[in-house]
Amino acid sequence: MKKEVVEKLVEIVGKENVSTQSADKITHSYDATQEQHLPDAVVYVSSVQEVSLIVKLANQHKIPVLPRGAGTGFTGGSLPIHGGIVLVLTRMDKILDIDEENLTAEVEPGVITAELQRQVEKIGLFYPPDPASKEFSTLGGNVAECAGGPRCVKYGVTKDYILGLEVVTPTGDIIHTGGKTLKNVVGYDLTKLFVGSEGTLGIVTQITLKLIPKPAAKKTMLVQFASIDGAAQSVSAIIGAKIIPTTLEFLDAATIGCIRGKSSIPLPENCQAVLIIEVDGDPQMLDAQAELILSIIKPFNVLDTRIASTEEESEEIWKVRRIVSPSLRQVNPDKFNEDIVVPRSKVPDMIRALEAISKKYNVPIVNFGHAGDGNIHVNVMVDLKEDGMEEKIEIIMEKVFEAAVNLRGAISGEHGIGTSKAKYMSMGLNRATIEYMQRIKAALDPLNILNPGKIFIEEPSQSVKG
Amino acid sequence: MYKNKKLKDFEKVIRECVKCGVCQAHCPTYLVGKREGAVARGKISLAAALLDGEIGLDERLQEDISMCLMCGSCVEKCPNKVPTHEIVGAIRRGITEQQGLSLVGRGVSALLGSGPLMKTLSKGGALLSPLVLKKVPESSGLRLRFPSPLMKDRTVPQIAFRNLFDRVPEYTEGRPAKPVIGFFAGCSITYAYPEIGEYMVNILKAMGFSIYLPREQKCCGIPALSSGDGKLVEELAEANVKAFQKREVDYIITACASCNGGIGEYYKTMKGDCSEFTGKVIDFSVFLEQEGLFAQLAEMKKWQQRKRVTYHDPCHLKIQGITRPPRELLKSLPNVEFVEMERANSCCGLGGTFSVYHYEESKAIGARKVAGLIESKAAYIATACPGCIMQLQDIINHAGLTVKSVHILELLAEALAEQ
Ligand SMILES: Cc1cc2nc3c(=O)[nH]c(=O)nc-3n(C[C@H](O)[C@H](O)[C@H](O)COP(=O)(O)OP(=O)(O)OC[C@H]3O[C@@H](n4cnc5c(N)ncnc54)[C@H](O)[C@@H]3O)c2cc1C
Ligand code: SF4
Ligand code: SF4
Repeated sequence: MKKEVVEKLVEIVGKENVSTQSADKITHSYDATQEQHLPDAVVYVSSVQEVSLIVKLANQHKIPVLPRGAGTGFTGGSLPIHGGIVLVLTRMDKILDIDEENLTAEVEPGVITAELQRQVEKIGLFYPPDPASKEFSTLGGNVAECAGGPRCVKYGVTKDYILGLEVVTPTGDIIHTGGKTLKNVVGYDLTKLFVGSEGTLGIVTQITLKLIPKPAAKKTMLVQFASIDGAAQSVSAIIGAKIIPTTLEFLDAATIGCIRGKSSIPLPENCQAVLIIEVDGDPQMLDAQAELILSIIKPFNVLDTRIASTEEESEEIWKVRRIVSPSLRQVNPDKFNEDIVVPRSKVPDMIRALEAISKKYNVPIVNFGHAGDGNIHVNVMVDLKEDGMEEKIEIIMEKVFEAAVNLRGAISGEHGIGTSKAKYMSMGLNRATIEYMQRIKAALDPLNILNPGKIFIEEPSQSVKG
Repeated sequence: MYKNKKLKDFEKVIRECVKCGVCQAHCPTYLVGKREGAVARGKISLAAALLDGEIGLDERLQEDISMCLMCGSCVEKCPNKVPTHEIVGAIRRGITEQQGLSLVGRGVSALLGSGPLMKTLSKGGALLSPLVLKKVPESSGLRLRFPSPLMKDRTVPQIAFRNLFDRVPEYTEGRPAKPVIGFFAGCSITYAYPEIGEYMVNILKAMGFSIYLPREQKCCGIPALSSGDGKLVEELAEANVKAFQKREVDYIITACASCNGGIGEYYKTMKGDCSEFTGKVIDFSVFLEQEGLFAQLAEMKKWQQRKRVTYHDPCHLKIQGITRPPRELLKSLPNVEFVEMERANSCCGLGGTFSVYHYEESKAIGARKVAGLIESKAAYIATACPGCIMQLQDIINHAGLTVKSVHILELLAEALAEQ
């Protein structure tokens, strides 16, 4: 990077917050995809003005700018695939205001999701979006990826809680979208445009969030089924009975195989699917609701049911879910994790399609995830050291996405497109739709400064390490 | 005979880091600065780059590698249990090998050459702070941890006039059928807090055990490990294993979490088998529970005026999963009203020699505990490691609180004295 640019950066944020040293380039070259691309400079920012000045400078010199939160993205969103300036927002981590009268919160983008949740819960409020990464991902990253989690079934995802944003545009202007009110129809809904835009349309520097009252209590259940269809039919029956649980998590037979014997709750051989169901609300209603759910699902191949009556028992149930990820490695060393989504009722069809793919290509595929919203974490477990596996995995992934799209689903429910899935965009979207998106990007970011090379395919670039 | 591992011995586990970022939520040095270079994931990426020859021992890399308390908090929560604290240790030793010892490390080896001088100094003498460090023996970790001229404004340990070896015989005969307990006291207890060592010995004696406190025992090696002095760690390991071979012992008890992590956990990772020794190492709280003391204490009549006490988890016990026994011990005491505090398990910030190089960060890490401590309304914060006691008192003093940090054994001794 030119000396003159570095000097300007130093002028903007101070010497200690700019680096072009190798060590810093290395430690800001990756995210949870494990791919590595070295940036030209790393800058830590602490205010919207700094962000604006940096983006303007980058426009003058045509240098890419990569907004970066905690770097836990699963699709390469923060990777500097064309070099440039990695702009780190982790230090803008103040909760500016929690408004108990209007049920809103005002935060900087570097606030950790769970930290906000802890603070609002102390005063009886609730911020529901709960990505599994909530203890370390930033709210700015959540907004950029529209992160979601198990509670989505009842409470929705990040976009349902964003009322307004302060954004630095790709040309360095500071704009404000939405506001502090629940209703607001002044002009285009730019807030929604930015949520899920993966850092390609603007850098979020402040977020106004909607809060709700914290549910008074919750109840957790674990149900074992003799077949995946039993579990799927149960999900449909519960929703059909107009009950919306907070979470409806499922584990398929392959997943159960990985954790059998490791959980304190026994999972016998004939258990082919597990549902973890949680309901929340008024404590007096919960027992009745739990009973009702169990009676509704009774006809569907149920082997065993367990209702937690204490916090510890509930913890024991969630432990079953949590030991899944660390247990996968025993199947095979390399994991390809995708987060496809299908309409809720199509979960069994999707599982069957995955089983067929697994058989045809002779690779284990382990599936679990959010049955309540059709979001399935598909884990293709392979050993990349095997001959021809790299090519094979490409084909398998394409088949998986194809199956999801054929069921009127999508290739990503939570993790976004980034670089990892760019080439599959056209599977679910027609050309005109993609072009429409690209025109928005080109209009707002004429020099392609902000996070270039993401979402839409382009020429393959030099990767430091693949 | 016992050798430290080298960076390349960690090649396989380094590649097992999946860059998930989970460690960010648990790494104290990351949480106070929010810099990726300070988190486990960042350090592992640097370790990988070193192995791949993509980077040398640059200044910036050294800075990042120095930003580690070797507390192991990341390892505990890492899905793949990548041992960042050990990897950091290996890189620091690599730096020492190439560039010689750091400032602090050099101070120690200079003293190493003058054994007799150190012995006289350790015999007592003035209790004035600036001279404090001149009174600890040659290879002691205290020397590494508190080079006081470098650290203004710092609560440092007072060196006791009579150290533990002056107070307790090398061997105390117990009841015939009872096992012999080796006591590894460690530098902090031997020289700065000998009274804690005395409590330990008196309690074990009252329970009928024979106690062996070999004079040849040395520093556990944790501070040397932290400063990258690999050679010294190897020598200390050798000496300590030998010290406990002179007499048949059934257990080697510690009342210092760092020492437990050093002689128990770290020695296990060294090349050369010392499992005969490490297999006997046991934390005092685990031992006392196993011997049924908690149940006996619980039967004692509760005091009218009890002390409100909370607990701080020393990292070296936390990462071994020893979090319950110390709490159970406190709960069983008749003179204690136990309360939990928020962030009980977050690091105090001492971290071997970390607080010497990074006193500001060290204080900031410790300060994260203050809100929870105030909220708990405790009058005492008890813990199981003298290093933590010192650091916690420093944090408390800086925050202007009146809370006192104490060793659990002090409270236990108080309860037993009243009997
Ligand atoms: C173990 C693990 C579990 C996960 N579980 C879930 C899950 O359950 N649900 C889920 O949805 N995701 C999950 N994720 C993915 C990831 O945590 C989320 O996408 C998260 O929102 C990313 O936040 P981050 O701060 O790490 O963002 P980063 O990875 O740093 O960035 C992600 C994208 O956001 C952009 N960005 C970051 N901050 C800003 C900003 N202030 N303004 C504009 N753009 C910005 C970046 O440029 C990039 O494109 C998981 C990841 C891991 C490692
Ligand atoms: S938690 Fe472990 S695997 Fe994940 S980034 Fe940190 S060190 Fe790597
Ligand atoms: S050992 Fe402690 S300080 Fe070092 S990287 Fe791990 S959590 Fe951070």
